[in-house]
Amino acid sequence: MLTFRCPVCGVDAEETELSPGGEAHLKRYGPGSSDEDFSGYLFQRENPRGVHFERWRHAYGCGKWFHAARCTQTLEVFGTYPAQTTEPPQEILDTITKKRPGWTWRELGAK
Amino acid sequence: MAETREYKGIALIRAEPPCGMITLRGGPDAAKGLATAGKRLGVKMPGPLGAELKDDRGLLWMSPDEVLMLCPAEDVPDHLDALRGALKGHHAMAVDTSDMRVRFSVSGAHAREVLAKLCPLDLAPDRFGPGHVRRTRLGQVAAAIWMRGDGAFEVICFRSVGQYVLDLLQVAAAPGSEVHLFSQPVG
Ligand SMILES: [Zn+2]
Repeated sequence: MLTFRCPVCGVDAEETELSPGGEAHLKRYGPGSSDEDFSGYLFQRENPRGVHFERWRHAYGCGKWFHAARCTQTLEVFGTYPAQTTEPPQEILDTITKKRPGWTWRELGAK
Repeated sequence: MAETREYKGIALIRAEPPCGMITLRGGPDAAKGLATAGKRLGVKMPGPLGAELKDDRGLLWMSPDEVLMLCPAEDVPDHLDALRGALKGHHAMAVDTSDMRVRFSVSGAHAREVLAKLCPLDLAPDRFGPGHVRRTRLGQVAAAIWMRGDGAFEVICFRSVGQYVLDLLQVAAAPGSEVHLFSQPVG
């Protein structure tokens, strides 16, 4: 079972109190973009076995969106962070590198 | 609601009479206007996950930009006038939502246990007590739970699922269904 600490209200919210919002940090390609970029935005997803970044909403609680970094294989949660950002905070990246040396996710990864 | 207004099992479940509820929403820029609500009721503004209650009135923290005001139904129009005046010019709102939700109370020695069967909260006495409010999931629907000064829990949910929640509470409070999560078995 997944438990995320909602960074908005501070509650340790259990999975059934939350709604999944899919992959995090998608870059939107709108009108005027190439077909390839637009289809990538719509359909291309990571689906990793391991480190993953996602959007979640504290649907039954404060109702706010937030980001979470977790391992899809073990359900270990590396951390949660606010929705108002386009990339994970350094602190979370460092935590992941410590626990999963050599990890990669899109252009991110252990340096 | 069904004819059952009160049910006694391992806890006393009661469908409480309607009361006034005003939803207040606004960001930090409207904080001063929103604070009018506390002044009018004679309670403090609640912090995150906080409930500030006095008798049959009070303020419940619902989210960083939302507070639910509880008051006698007849006071709602005056409060609304005052709050809308205080919030004028801000991206904020005060809305009468008295008819939106129904309210139940759960009391007695096993009240904690009854609710713990239904929602994913840590209801241990040192983790949840008077002054706390949590919005959460009760069975399959959204609800908010807080504790009164007398140790009884109050539960609110949307009116459309009121019968479901009442049934749920009654099943969870069925006689003989104690699991003694927070108490010692007797005998
Ligand atoms: Zn939250």
